[in-house]
Amino acid sequence: MLNAVGRDIPEEVVKNTNKEIFKGVHYYDGYTYEKKGPKTKCVNRSGGDKLVDSIRDVLFKCGIKDGMTLSFHHHFRDGDYIVNMVMKEVHTLGIKDITICASSLGKAHDLLCDYIEDGTITDIQSSGVRGRVGQAISRGKLKGYAIMRSHGGRVRAIESGEVKIDIAFIGAPTCDDYGNCRGIGGVSNCGVLSYSMVDADYADKVVAITDCLVPFPNFPAHISMTKVDYVVEVDEIGNPEKIATGAAKPTTDMRKLMMADYCTQFVINTPYFKDGFSYQTGVGGASIASTISLAKVMKERDIRMGFGVGGLTKPMCDLLINGQVDCLLDTQDFDLDAVKSVENMKHFRISASEYANPFNKGAIVNKLDFVILATLEVDVNFNCNVVVGSDGVITGAQGGHPDTAAGAKCTVVLTPLLQGRTPAVCNEVTTVTTPGESIDVVITEYGIAINPARQDLIDCMKDVKLPFMTIEELRDIAYSIAGEPQKVAFDERVVGIIEGRDGTIMDVVRQVKI
Amino acid sequence: MNQNKKRLRRTMMFLNAQKPGLIKDAYIYQPDSIMFDLEDAVAENQKDAARYSLYHGLKTIDYRGCEKIVRINGLDTPYWREDVRCAVAGGCDGIRVPKTESASQIKLVEGEIVKAERAYEVEAGKVLIMAAVESARGVMKAMDVCEASERMFGIALSGGDYTRDLQTHITGTGVELMGARQQLIIAARAAKVQCFDTVYTDLDNMEGFRKEVETIHLMGFDGKSIVNPRQIRVVHDIFTPSPKDISFSEKVVREIDEKKEKGIGVFTVDGKMIDIAFYDGAKRILDMAKASGVY
Repeated sequence: MLNAVGRDIPEEVVKNTNKEIFKGVHYYDGYTYEKKGPKTKCVNRSGGDKLVDSIRDVLFKCGIKDGMTLSFHHHFRDGDYIVNMVMKEVHTLGIKDITICASSLGKAHDLLCDYIEDGTITDIQSSGVRGRVGQAISRGKLKGYAIMRSHGGRVRAIESGEVKIDIAFIGAPTCDDYGNCRGIGGVSNCGVLSYSMVDADYADKVVAITDCLVPFPNFPAHISMTKVDYVVEVDEIGNPEKIATGAAKPTTDMRKLMMADYCTQFVINTPYFKDGFSYQTGVGGASIASTISLAKVMKERDIRMGFGVGGLTKPMCDLLINGQVDCLLDTQDFDLDAVKSVENMKHFRISASEYANPFNKGAIVNKLDFVILATLEVDVNFNCNVVVGSDGVITGAQGGHPDTAAGAKCTVVLTPLLQGRTPAVCNEVTTVTTPGESIDVVITEYGIAINPARQDLIDCMKDVKLPFMTIEELRDIAYSIAGEPQKVAFDERVVGIIEGRDGTIMDVVRQVKI
Repeated sequence: MNQNKKRLRRTMMFLNAQKPGLIKDAYIYQPDSIMFDLEDAVAENQKDAARYSLYHGLKTIDYRGCEKIVRINGLDTPYWREDVRCAVAGGCDGIRVPKTESASQIKLVEGEIVKAERAYEVEAGKVLIMAAVESARGVMKAMDVCEASERMFGIALSGGDYTRDLQTHITGTGVELMGARQQLIIAARAAKVQCFDTVYTDLDNMEGFRKEVETIHLMGFDGKSIVNPRQIRVVHDIFTPSPKDISFSEKVVREIDEKKEKGIGVFTVDGKMIDIAFYDGAKRILDMAKASGVY
């Protein structure tokens, strides 16, 4: 069955998942549905606490059994200890057929490969997967499908009841004995707990795991005790050096600086660049450089940003310190400066639902003027791939890519024309993760292509001296240098599903041929 | 005369001819000239590999208007003749002769270029020559070197080797290069060829780089050798005439042309006294503005 981005989705997959194929970015606008709530066990006894001695004990208290869905969040990034800590105990108990529902999985979770092999884990739902787990999935080791959802799509799936979380595990940098969690104040600070907020709201059982137990009340709580069943204190919830590092040194790579310069010139020549504009950017070198160069122009022209969203890093937080943005809305912090900035009164923590859920009554991404994104591949139809590498192996994550692209008035994708020896601009992406209808402009070091669907932006740029060309011309340059890449050889078996943010099937990922 | 002799050369960007990642698309940074290095950047046992990648790069890549110059190995090495042959066969625009100290060295290289042009059916006289001066003797012989061949389009100072020969070092102040810079620019102007300044290697000191470029611009240099694309914009900003300069030069040229008809020799433009002596300078600014794409 061909979907709206021209991908042939096998009927068997549609049948097995009971999902629709992707029909367009705003296909579900105006859709009405009923949210599904969690089972909640009341606590109204006087005093007491929610402390449990160990992960093992808390698993028993939560009634762990075969076939359950366990959820995790990824604010600790490559420094996360929580997933492995829990799954080791689950494995030791001989539990099977577990579905992992994580906001993302990375290299910190290579251990899960063993549990995929022995059937402890049979299904994975995540924004994406990096490291050995991605390889294991692409090699067909996982029994079920790996479902890759955007940050907004994950919240939608949970709130709509498509996913039922049995036990949510929340790594809490600080927590009191009654379950009030905060992302700051301990040794493993991650700043915010945005991705886990929906888990706390909708899971039947919620377990807070902390390495910094603090006196009650740990207020203002980022996740309230009203949603937490149990608290477990452990030695370490993560490696602070890998959770939030010092701010990255601004890039000196001329290609990235060129892309950043082009990006800034493009942004400031759109009608959206005016007092009060809104902006989100990623954490790549070119994205960060574009924020830095945009800040200079804002200063020169005395233009203030209304709000910035993210995924935050130092350059965005510097805008707040320098009075160049009214406020920051924060879902995740990538460096220590961003973690520290959470204490600023104008630095607001938001939930992943507020950020990007397409099935709530309006998310922040809908109010974005600009989003600056990266991609692994972009094709001549402006479709982007941010999950599957040029070798066909799952190696990235959707994150908020499709969410922000769908919501922003101007979606800019920055990519070097060649990723190593592989053209990043190509005839057809290996896997579609963000539909081309959401992408407005592609900026490379060689030139800039505006989506022909955005004639308004093309008109704005008529007198702007930037190297504009068509996306086909960009592809031709890439192919003239590196040649047209051969298609990756896949087996027939579908191992992963790229889910659109509305729950439809955007694409499938097949097992790689070895 | 080969029309390319006087082309715009504000920036000459050095890159290692052996590295495909560098040579595949160096034009995207838009230097005026790309300097493919077969000499210092390439290890002794990699000279043939570098020539191979240089030849195929020149043959297959469209450098989109950037001039392609090849720095060959020194004439005291066994490599330079093969360097010239590959560079000319590949289609380079010019050869940079390192460590030049005499006109005879330029003539020697010219002989090899002529042979290669014939062998590979390259238009006779297409490949130009520039000389790098890297020693006190070279500085003293600059004028002879500049006039050694019709193909000579410029002379460049190579500061590292030159200061070593002078028994000093690069200080960042420019004091150690003062004499050589003066001597080279005077020789170049006298011989009517271009003159290029040495590289600035402290990439973290962009302010120091800017000051140095401002200085050599005022001294009369035509451009500067650069080692990183980040340096290009600074040089082009300084060497490209400003709108104010262009407007004034336009008026000077127009007024001199008009007043000459009327037999008036001295007059004022925007309150400044102008006579025929200003004509060439104003024309040069307009030519520079045209070549830089701002006029």
